[in-house]
Amino acid sequence: MAEVIYRNVSCRYAGSDQWAVEDVSLEVPDGEFMVLVGPSGSGKTTALRLLAGLEEVSDGRIEIDGRDVSGIDSRERDIAMVFQNYALYPNKTVAQNIGFSLKMHGVPRDERDERVREVAQMLDIDELLDRKPRQLSGGQRQRVAMGRAIVRRPKAFLMDEPLSNLDAKLRVQTRVQIAELQRRLETTTVYVTHDQGEAMTLGDRVAVLRDGTLQQYAPPRELYEDPVNAFVAGFIGLPQMNLIRLPLENGGVRLGDQMITLPEGLKRATGERSAKEMIVGIRPEHVTITDGEGIPGEVVLVESLGADSYIHAKLAGGDTQFVARTEGYDDRRPGSNLRLRIDPDRIYGFDAETEERLQTGGRVTAAAAAGP
Amino acid sequence: MATVAANPRTQRAGRRHPRIRQRLTGVAWGTVAWFLTIIFFFPVFWMILTSFKPESAAYSNPPQFVFHPTLSEYKQVFSAGMGPFLANSAIATVVSVLLVLALATPAAYALSMRPIAHWRDALFFFISTKMLPVVAAIVPIYLAVRDIGMLDSIPTLIVLYTAMNLPIAVWMMRSFFLEVPGEMLEAARIDGADLRHELTEVVLPAVAPGLAATALICAIFSWNEFFFALNLTSIRAATMPVFLVGFVTSEGLYWAKLAAAATLASVPVLIAGWIAQRQLVRGLSMGAIK
Repeated sequence: MAEVIYRNVSCRYAGSDQWAVEDVSLEVPDGEFMVLVGPSGSGKTTALRLLAGLEEVSDGRIEIDGRDVSGIDSRERDIAMVFQNYALYPNKTVAQNIGFSLKMHGVPRDERDERVREVAQMLDIDELLDRKPRQLSGGQRQRVAMGRAIVRRPKAFLMDEPLSNLDAKLRVQTRVQIAELQRRLETTTVYVTHDQGEAMTLGDRVAVLRDGTLQQYAPPRELYEDPVNAFVAGFIGLPQMNLIRLPLENGGVRLGDQMITLPEGLKRATGERSAKEMIVGIRPEHVTITDGEGIPGEVVLVESLGADSYIHAKLAGGDTQFVARTEGYDDRRPGSNLRLRIDPDRIYGFDAETEERLQTGGRVTAAAAAGP
Repeated sequence: MATVAANPRTQRAGRRHPRIRQRLTGVAWGTVAWFLTIIFFFPVFWMILTSFKPESAAYSNPPQFVFHPTLSEYKQVFSAGMGPFLANSAIATVVSVLLVLALATPAAYALSMRPIAHWRDALFFFISTKMLPVVAAIVPIYLAVRDIGMLDSIPTLIVLYTAMNLPIAVWMMRSFFLEVPGEMLEAARIDGADLRHELTEVVLPAVAPGLAATALICAIFSWNEFFFALNLTSIRAATMPVFLVGFVTSEGLYWAKLAAAATLASVPVLIAGWIAQRQLVRGLSMGAIK
């Protein structure tokens, strides 16, 4: 168990003029589960590989348990990693795969066997110890890869999209198992995923990366309720936040055929910047479909998931599209008319140029959302 | 809608057509494969058949398929002193193959896993050595070997066979190494494996079929090598191909004896191929699919 720290870490691949990771600073406290999330090419895997020692740090330094490991070989960092495709040794049995790192560290055979059995029981794979990886299902392979990481009792677990090869149902099951296991072992974990849902459910804290730079590092709830920019706001949450670029008119914005007056904090922030336009962000669950007054629109698509439905609508008088989330099954047909109501207090505002959040500390909480 | 639903036979026939076409294509390809197999195998079959014929039957025209089989030609071959030739071939082949594997493995590993600058040039240089016909190099090789007093010696053949097979072995093994997933090596490194363990515990077991295929191909090339053996050996170090040529005389009948000797000379390679069959198929197709 250990604290993991990235101090102004940058990495540029040979022959590239772009930073894969640029000036990233992160502190992962001892025993915490930290998730690196971002779209493809955001640098999350590179950041993890830098921690693993599989890529060289170009600038800055990485510390594990207070020791600068930037120039130290992977095998001396006392970490364990679960790879996206598990990277099991095909010629070895499950027991040999799990026990390989112990063998490499000179652990006596008896102790090795005992620890392998212990871990196999913990992961419910003790029946599979004599099998080769090719004789295992995807889920079983994933557990073997986990076992290989756990058995070492390393200072930190590194996981590179370990669930991406599993089907949806197994992914959810394994996600729960990983979370439980990490809490039981209390080992510092750095986990990479492109799935914001995985990041939100697993992470004690989540680091959102974009183009190699850190956008925000915060607990999941804070990311959701208080995103620092339009990118984080759009990336975190499913369905994603409605982000619409609108001109400012007398302290308000025109949405469809309606004028929405901005709350005081936002009005002040736009006034200070003499902004002519802004990016308006509204979470789908903060859009109410109403039979009374509201912005008129037309249903484009209804995604009914059972417990709730996502209604994609086009606002009247323009091409602006909106997504609203409603509870339960929705039987509206595409082409039918509806009216949308938006509470101005639940609007997020972002600078039209920098995409930074306009009102700071203006958290739009679930409690506020549940207001009158 | 109703028409389609009322005519399921048409639907079934429509679905069946591609299957029939697929089957016919399969049969056509199968026929081509068998035809080519027979063309390739027929000379071997004829050699084995001839080895069991008396010399008179071997020379008959039209060729005889029905005859009284005899082992007399095999007896004559054995009595002609095949043992030393067989031993020389075996030593030159086994030792040169071991040397090739020992040298090609680290070279191929370096060229695939940890490529240095200009690795393409290095790889091209390896294969470029095969572009010069052996006949063009035989005179300088002969003079060099004669000057160091190594004519008619097995170590000379071992060195030459190693050099001859090394480029092809490096190329083959490099393609096998490239198939080892990089993440597997990274996992081994994180698990604490040093270079030696990375190679012995992870890489070599993963490329074992490729290793077997490379070894077998090098063994076949060495075992069948004739030109160096003919020009650089005479009595002490002569190999099986030289022994076979000994039966070709300007007088008398020799086809059946030659066929018997050639059949015997093929047996070790056939046995090795049979044993390594599964590994060989996997190994030879390893570099093909990425």
